[in-house]
Parts: sequence; structure tokens; C-alpha cells
Amino acid sequence: MLGEGILKGMAETARNFFGSYFSADRMTTVEYPEQRIAPFEAARVFPFLVYDAKNPGDAADWEAGLRCVACQICEKECPPKCIYIEKSTGKKPDALGKPQFYPARFDIDISVCMSCQICVEVCPFEAIKMDTEFELSTDDRFGGLLLDRKQLAKSNEYYHQIHLTEANGVDARLAAEKAKAEAKTKAAAGAAAAKATSIAAAAAGEGA
Amino acid sequence: MSDFQTHFASDSEKLEGWNRPAMIAPDGDGELLEVAMGPHHPSTHGVFRMDVALDGERVIRLKPVFGYLHRNHEKIAEGISYLASMPYTDRLDYICPITNNWAYALAVEKLTGQEVPERAEYLRVILGELTRFQNHASSIGFLIQEMGASGTPLMYAFREREKILDLFEELTGARMMVNYMRFGGCRVDASPVWLEKARQVVESLPQFLDEFDRLLSSNEILMARTQGVGMLPAELAVNAGVTGPMLRASGVNYDIRKVDGYGIYNRFNFRVPLGDHGDVYDRYMIRLLEMRESLTILRQALKDLPAGPVMDPKAKIRGFRPKPGEAYGRIEAPKGELGFYLISDGGPNPYRYRVRPPSLINLTILEDMCLGQNVADVVLIFGSVDIVLGEVDR
Repeated sequence: MLGEGILKGMAETARNFFGSYFSADRMTTVEYPEQRIAPFEAARVFPFLVYDAKNPGDAADWEAGLRCVACQICEKECPPKCIYIEKSTGKKPDALGKPQFYPARFDIDISVCMSCQICVEVCPFEAIKMDTEFELSTDDRFGGLLLDRKQLAKSNEYYHQIHLTEANGVDARLAAEKAKAEAKTKAAAGAAAAKATSIAAAAAGEGA
Repeated sequence: MSDFQTHFASDSEKLEGWNRPAMIAPDGDGELLEVAMGPHHPSTHGVFRMDVALDGERVIRLKPVFGYLHRNHEKIAEGISYLASMPYTDRLDYICPITNNWAYALAVEKLTGQEVPERAEYLRVILGELTRFQNHASSIGFLIQEMGASGTPLMYAFREREKILDLFEELTGARMMVNYMRFGGCRVDASPVWLEKARQVVESLPQFLDEFDRLLSSNEILMARTQGVGMLPAELAVNAGVTGPMLRASGVNYDIRKVDGYGIYNRFNFRVPLGDHGDVYDRYMIRLLEMRESLTILRQALKDLPAGPVMDPKAKIRGFRPKPGEAYGRIEAPKGELGFYLISDGGPNPYRYRVRPPSLINLTILEDMCLGQNVADVVLIFGSVDIVLGEVDR
């Protein structure tokens, strides 16, 4: 019968139409910004710099705790080249107590950034991670979208809030590295001490 | 003559420059009406222009004009490292970024001779078939929208696409710009929770296909508008280098998943649907059937997924220099054969980087399908090619 297919299709649309009032899986609209969906843990928007909080009351805490050592790998690997780093002239001790450079300037132009997270992947120091904050509109096209290192610095606690699983993995890895470094310095110190005693013993033997 | 028409060449010039044999001769007084469809025409899926010469309602000539969305992708890729091109490939065919990643990763893996772990291959297949599903669903939606069914099938398709994009976001962190594959594997592993969700989504999709079938396949208006419209004979399709669902709708049995068996496609049982007529209806039907076959592959892949790493432990993601040589990696992307051709001179950047985009090559045959058809059918035929301008213009 001519028109049968159309009627069949109309029945389908009618089912969907009435279903949109009753069936829970058809009521999918979320009324942003009053309602929000929690972001997925893997969600990524723009990068930020992680710092380890040492004295939470201190206003300059973020600067002392930045993990970034200004190695400039992310600057080099960034596909749209939106990261600008200036290396410091002097060095500062890092979490392991090793003297390291630090970024005197670290800017990210988020009007250019394409959220690919290659900077996160190539960073050997777990210093740069992806944020989930997306409401970043500003009326200043140029200065407002060029974030400096103070605006980029977020604490490790914040990182835990937004990407818990990933952050725990990173912490475990850093702790293991630290333990390894400490064991190494301890072993080196032990070896030095042993060497010193053997030299002393030899000297004593010679003396006798 | 108004300003709007000044960019057309005069009639005699165009006839000279147009060396295709005139299949359709204008009748009556021979006066043609030039119509510019696009670049901002709502039916052109982006910025694409068709200069159409009409005799009444009939199309006498059609000249596609591309390039409005050119972004210098290939040249940029020659100036940056292999890894840094990966996020740019997401932006070629932005409806199916996973398959773009896959083709590029395949080309680099061929160049460097890297191996991909088993689990990563399975994940690639799972994500690739989900991509094919959502691409075909939305392309059918757009096709019907261009026929005048304003929105209903498209909204149904997008409702299902949303489920798949949520899966992508949960795994890769982004709905469309996934940047997921790496040379020698995949960036992140899928958790058991994610796999369970993927299974649920795959189980819910056949329902949607049945709904689509009831809604559209036997609709008399759709049949009247699409059957016998935009015929593409098999010979012409092969000569023009057309690939993908368009070629198979013309009855040519050519699916790179079967021909090359790249990745692990040899292990899966699936059929390749073929059309008889090569008209718009066949292209619609082929896409619908391919979605069912995709679900068959998905079920098998989700069942057989082995444990193990998702990255080759020896793989370096940055700072590698492939030996001088060349490689061509191709896959059956949802729109056709997507290939990446790379030449290495031993440096950290590719010496030559070339994309073989299925959309562009399928589009080159547009005029031959449109000649002699009504102008309203041009929109339909164009929609049935299934293009994304990001890939056509690169």
C-alpha cells in the first residue's frame, strides 16, 4: 500500500515524541549553567603547572614549589608553539634537593593552545598537567588569554581533586624516584665512610 | 549584471575551459542560468561552492570549487616532529578523528618498523568501528535533512552519536579531538569500567538501527527522491578512484579491511554489503548495513580483547629519527580509503607528508553524477557522497 512506509515512520516519531516526556533515557537535556554534568576524569582543557605546597600560608609558596625545571622540552614539542619559557640564571634546590634551573618566565597562550596534551606526555618531571576548567572567557583578547606562571600554578592537591587516579600514579612514581635517590646518596655516603675507615685502617697498619 | 555575478567567467570562456564531453545539450533557446551554491549554502557541509549551470531545472554543468578551508596541514607537518602532527590529524575529518589517527600511526609504524601490542590493536578496532558507526549514522541524518526532513532523523542519529562521543571522552579526554593513537600503540588503556560501558552502548545500538530502518527505509518519499538519482556506474567509480561506501554502493567489492587485512581485521567475521544500482538510495542502504556489520565486529572485539600492554615498551614517542625511506599507510576509513604517505630523510621531521583524503577523491566525480538531474537533486547527491570539508581542503 502506498503510504505504508510513511505511516510506519510516523509511528516511530510519535513514539519518540511521547517518550520524550516519560522515558528517562530520552530526557537528556541538561540546563547549563544551572545544571552541570561532572566532567570525566580524563577530561582535558588547558595545561597548568603543578607545585608542591610546602608552607600553605605563604603567598610565594607556589613559586618555591613549582616542579618545572625549565628544560623547555614542552616548548619544543608543542605543535602550535604556544608555550614561552625563559630559563632562570641561578639554580634552586628541587624536591630531591638537587640544584635545578627554574622558569623565570612561563607563559601559555591559551588562544593558540589546542588542548592536545603533548606537553603533559613529554614532560619528564610531572610538572605540567591538564586542567578541566573551561569557563575562561575574557573581554581582553590578548593579555587575558596569555597566562603567566602565577596564573598557571596550581597545587598538587588541586591536581588530585580533578584527576585522582592519574595523580595517585604520579605521586607513587615520584615517591619511588625520591626513595631511589635517597638510597643512592645513602649508599654513596656509606661507601665513602667505608673507604675512609679502610684508608684509616691502612694508615694505622702502616703506622704499626 | 549585478556585482554578485561578476566572478563568473563569460559563457564562451567557460565552454572552452570545460573539456568534459557535453552529455546534456541545452534545449530551447540555449540560455543557461548560473547558480552559485555555496560557499555558505546550508547544504554544503561547510564551505564548499558549486557553480551550477541550469537549463530550467536540469543541470548542464557543475563545477565544484574547494579550498576555502585550506589550513596548510601537509606543509605544517613537514616542519614539525612526527608526534606533533598527530593532534593535527584529528582536525582533518573531524567527524571521525580516531580513524585519522590510526592511518597516520600506521604509516609511521611502517616507516619505523614498530610493532603494535595485541591489546592496542583490539582497542584500535573497537574505537575505529565505533567511529564508523557514528559517522554513518550522522551522515545518513544529514542526507535526510538535505531532503527536507528537517532534523528528525538527524536528531535521532545525534542522540546515538552522543553515547559514542561520551565513550571517547571518558577514554581519551576529548569528544572529537582525541589525539589517542601513538606510534606503537595507544596513549591510554581502557579500564574495565569503560569496557563495560562500551558493551552496554554496543548492545543498545541495534535498537536504534531498527528504529532508523522503520523510520526511513520503506518511506515512499525517500524512495521517490533517491532511487535512480545520482547513478554512479561501477566502471566510472573505479576509474575515478572512488572508495568506501560510495564504491561499494556501485557494486564493486573493495573493502580495505578485507583486501589489506591491516591490523587484526583478518580475525573478525563480517560481511561487506554491496549495492546494485549505485544510486543515492543504495548509498543510504549500504551505510545502514555497514553499521550492522560494525556492530558484529565490535561484539567480537569486545569479547576477545586480551590483557596486556597498550604501548610497545621500546617505542619512543619523541626524538626519534626514522631511517631514510618511504611508507604508505592506508585504512578503510568510514568515508573511503584514507592514506598517509611519508618520506623520511633521516631527520626528526618527515621530508614529505601527504594525505590521500577519501572525501576529496569521492567528490571529484560529483559533476558526472549530477548532469541531467534536477537542481534539487544536486543537494541530495552531494549529501550522499558524505564529505567533511576539513578533509577535502586540509
